[in-house]
Amino acid sequence: MRPSAAAGPNAVAQARPAKIVARNVCKVYPTARGPVVALDDFSLDVADGEFVCIVGPSGCGKSTFLRMLAGLDAHTSGTIRIRPGDDPGKPLNAVVFQEYAVFPWKTVLENVAFGLQMRNVPRAERIAIAEHWLERVGLRKFANHWPDQLSGGMKQRVGIIRALANDPEVLLMDEPLGALDAQTRIVIQDELLRIWEETRKTVVYVTHSIDEAILLGDRVVLMTAHPGRLLATFAVDIARPRTIDTMNTAAFVRLRGQIWDQLGREVARAMEMQS
Amino acid sequence: MMKARDLVPPGELAGADHDTPAPPGMGRPTILPALLAIIAGLLAWNGVLWAVALCRPLWWLALLGNFVAVVLLAERLGRIVPPRRRRAYERTLAFGFPVLALVAWQGIVDAGILSPTWFPQPTRIAQALWDLTVSFDRFSETSLFGRPWRMPAAFRESGLAGVWALFAEGHVWATLGRVAAGFVLGAIPGIFLGVIMGINQTVRLMLDTTLSAIYVLPKIAIFPIVMLMFADPFGEGPKIVVVALSVFFLMTINTMAGVRDIDPVFVMAGRNYGASGLRLFRHVIIPAALPVIFAGLRLALGTALIVIISVEFLRARQGVG
Repeated sequence: MRPSAAAGPNAVAQARPAKIVARNVCKVYPTARGPVVALDDFSLDVADGEFVCIVGPSGCGKSTFLRMLAGLDAHTSGTIRIRPGDDPGKPLNAVVFQEYAVFPWKTVLENVAFGLQMRNVPRAERIAIAEHWLERVGLRKFANHWPDQLSGGMKQRVGIIRALANDPEVLLMDEPLGALDAQTRIVIQDELLRIWEETRKTVVYVTHSIDEAILLGDRVVLMTAHPGRLLATFAVDIARPRTIDTMNTAAFVRLRGQIWDQLGREVARAMEMQS
Repeated sequence: MMKARDLVPPGELAGADHDTPAPPGMGRPTILPALLAIIAGLLAWNGVLWAVALCRPLWWLALLGNFVAVVLLAERLGRIVPPRRRRAYERTLAFGFPVLALVAWQGIVDAGILSPTWFPQPTRIAQALWDLTVSFDRFSETSLFGRPWRMPAAFRESGLAGVWALFAEGHVWATLGRVAAGFVLGAIPGIFLGVIMGINQTVRLMLDTTLSAIYVLPKIAIFPIVMLMFADPFGEGPKIVVVALSVFFLMTINTMAGVRDIDPVFVMAGRNYGASGLRLFRHVIIPAALPVIFAGLRLALGTALIVIISVEFLRARQGVG
């Protein structure tokens, strides 16, 4: 189905033109006790239409890196570039935050249409687009509800389509399911897989869950903590479309073992450093 | 459930300690004996104090005992209130108790325990209030509410101007007008500066200490100075300005705290989806801080009333103070 899926770690990036190029990115925070390196010489290429997951112990700078990709945080050195698409009106990126980032003072519909409103899309058009996306995740009848009237899982559906409604070149997801309970998380993971199959966006997905990374990603990037560096890259050679049942396959379990082999040591080291 | 009640010997219930909560599922049946016990206790308490003629010297002790009994009674009743009557019950407690307190006050003063000079009975206060309402002070040309019963006649005679003249002589309207004017004049710039101090660290660092220092200054203390700044020191200007000042500082400090407390993720989301400048304010920062701003407005309204009444005590021909 996807010729690159079974090849080596960086094959995916080489097969298609790179959408995101991040080279030697460093982030240094000056503090009163001297500079603290949060991210050290981190490079990542993401191909057009690729789903890359970044996993690492807490404090490894993965969220910082995502924010720098989104232009919400400045990097100290290195280059970050997102290749624009053919339509200059489209935003380069849109971020999905945790579910509490849905604006509680706007209705579900207004939340989804927010990015379009900020880009001056006419009212009728942006409502039509927002309703189309609400329909796709089964939230049509909640269009005029307030986010506080929704459950956590429904709220995060709003958060996800709020980003997708902008039709961004790149979708950046910052631990979007981190605050959800385990069962809701599985449902939303399934939904994410379905939506991604339909849209084939370029995605950078930050998570602390290995299972989630393997299930969703074409590639899993591991990071070290203090300072954040590239630890290893794993290609996920599991055929799509995937579902929750993919987690029970031998290939999935084997890959999870390999990744934990590397990450487990790193997590233990990070914990020691914090204590 | 019904069976369970029958199994409990009634004597045990009557003698039960008041503070023991009713066993679950048996709330309603066990209430009645407890209620009777409390009422009996209440009567016994007052009866004993009255019998030994200690009711007068120890009136506060009797009052305390009665208060405790009322609390216990209301609590027992609260347990058997069905859920759909819950709101009515809560409202009865909230408004019924002040009425009960007024009745007790009336009774204590009527019985000659407290002096009516220092604690005039509620009925006398109401009478005085009524007298003020219906009377017109010819010397200062004022009345409490502007003699509302004369308004229809005034309207027929000289139209809206006549009604306005009547409103203008009312103490209450004068006070409310000053509060409203001062409130608006103080709150708008206060919120404005508060938002700026909330988002801009430089402005905040430069102004925060000064504002906190001026904030604690009693506004009544600067009233004489404010008076002198105006061409007409006894006019409305100084009073409104003092109210506006107190509202301004409160709203600035409060709004600043509200804006600083905004979850940064909202601002990041707003910026990421293309909001910047004024639109970021309109769609993200202001609505995110609005709950705190409204809490501040509520506080500021109370402060404004306190300030205006103290100012009116000091220097006003007209007003509640």
